Amino acid sequence: MSQIPTLIRVFAYLSILTVGGGMAAFPEMEYLSVDVHHWLTKEQLIHLYSIGQMAPGPNMMMIVAIGDWAGGILGALAVLIAFFLPTALLAYAAGRGWKKLETWPWRDSIQRGLAPVSIGLLLAGCYTMAKGAITGTETAAIAAGVLLILLHYKINPALLVAASAVVGFISFR
Amino acid sequence: MNEGTEAEQAARADVSVARIFREFLVIGAISFGGAVPYLRGRLVEKDGWVDDKEFVEMLSISQSLPGLNATNLAILVGQKLKGVPGAAAALLGMCLPGAVILYVAGILYYHHGDRAASAAILKGVAAAAVGLVLQTAIQLGRRSLDTRVDLIFMGMTVVAVDYYRLSVLWALLGVGLLAVLWHNPRQLARQRAAKAAAKAQGAMAGIAEAGPA
Repeated sequence: MSQIPTLIRVFAYLSILTVGGGMAAFPEMEYLSVDVHHWLTKEQLIHLYSIGQMAPGPNMMMIVAIGDWAGGILGALAVLIAFFLPTALLAYAAGRGWKKLETWPWRDSIQRGLAPVSIGLLLAGCYTMAKGAITGTETAAIAAGVLLILLHYKINPALLVAASAVVGFISFR
Repeated sequence: MNEGTEAEQAARADVSVARIFREFLVIGAISFGGAVPYLRGRLVEKDGWVDDKEFVEMLSISQSLPGLNATNLAILVGQKLKGVPGAAAALLGMCLPGAVILYVAGILYYHHGDRAASAAILKGVAAAAVGLVLQTAIQLGRRSLDTRVDLIFMGMTVVAVDYYRLSVLWALLGVGLLAVLWHNPRQLARQRAAKAAAKAQGAMAGIAEAGPA
């Protein structure tokens, strides 16, 4: 119960970091939920993210599970609201204001400036993830294989996730 | 549901909040492997609620804002169709299936996650996820990084977060501010002028080359 205010604070904070995509907040999510608040282990966090990859919908929905473990169903709801409401309000406001800002010269500057930073955050999140997920030659081969296939063929990533699950089941048991 | 273009246009003129909710609920339930292609397929191609140009613009707004692309897009489309209730219905529909699935999956994983089989499967999927995120970064980079300075800003962000362990917030504010100031309106105008000049010069060279022959 007492975890709920903390859950709200942490996930509302994480939500504003997700510029360009959910992965941008991953390093901070690991730090706060594993190192600071001990809601789960590093390995569990990576596993939950992986479970999220196998589910439909927004890719950071695994936060619901963190909320549930730390604070039960109320914790799960609190995390959902904290993570999605603030940025939803912001998107709504931006949707109304964006057209009006068309003539404001800094609008392009902001978009151009944030692009490299958001890609950098994505890569930083990927690196944090890789430190836990790439543990040897086999996992590195899976990651490289997925990357190369996606770069060369137009294929639904979900199929590759499913294939990697099968490969994992066969080779890591 | 939509029999023809007439029905589609009628739907576009007045889409009910319940219909918005249903459509996003379906997208939220079937969008395996990333929501954006599904959003485009259904909202642009099937429903005709937004056109392609509008969709691309909404996507670029979604990417510059905090928040997940899928939910930001849902809000922008819902807002366009029906204001606040439309945006709320779209967001709720988009999130509901995944939230329920991961709530249940989280409980199952909590009790059975340490079994050899599930650990092995998740190890494979986690490795795949690294490949997926890298591909997304490469794809975005190809599309939106066109100067060398952008690569420096990108590198600074990675080093700040992963090497100096700077909080993501400070990296975002610090490098972000620097990059926005660098791409200030005057600089952008200069870039456009340089591009136009290069183009003109190319055309001149083409004429000069074609001349003697």
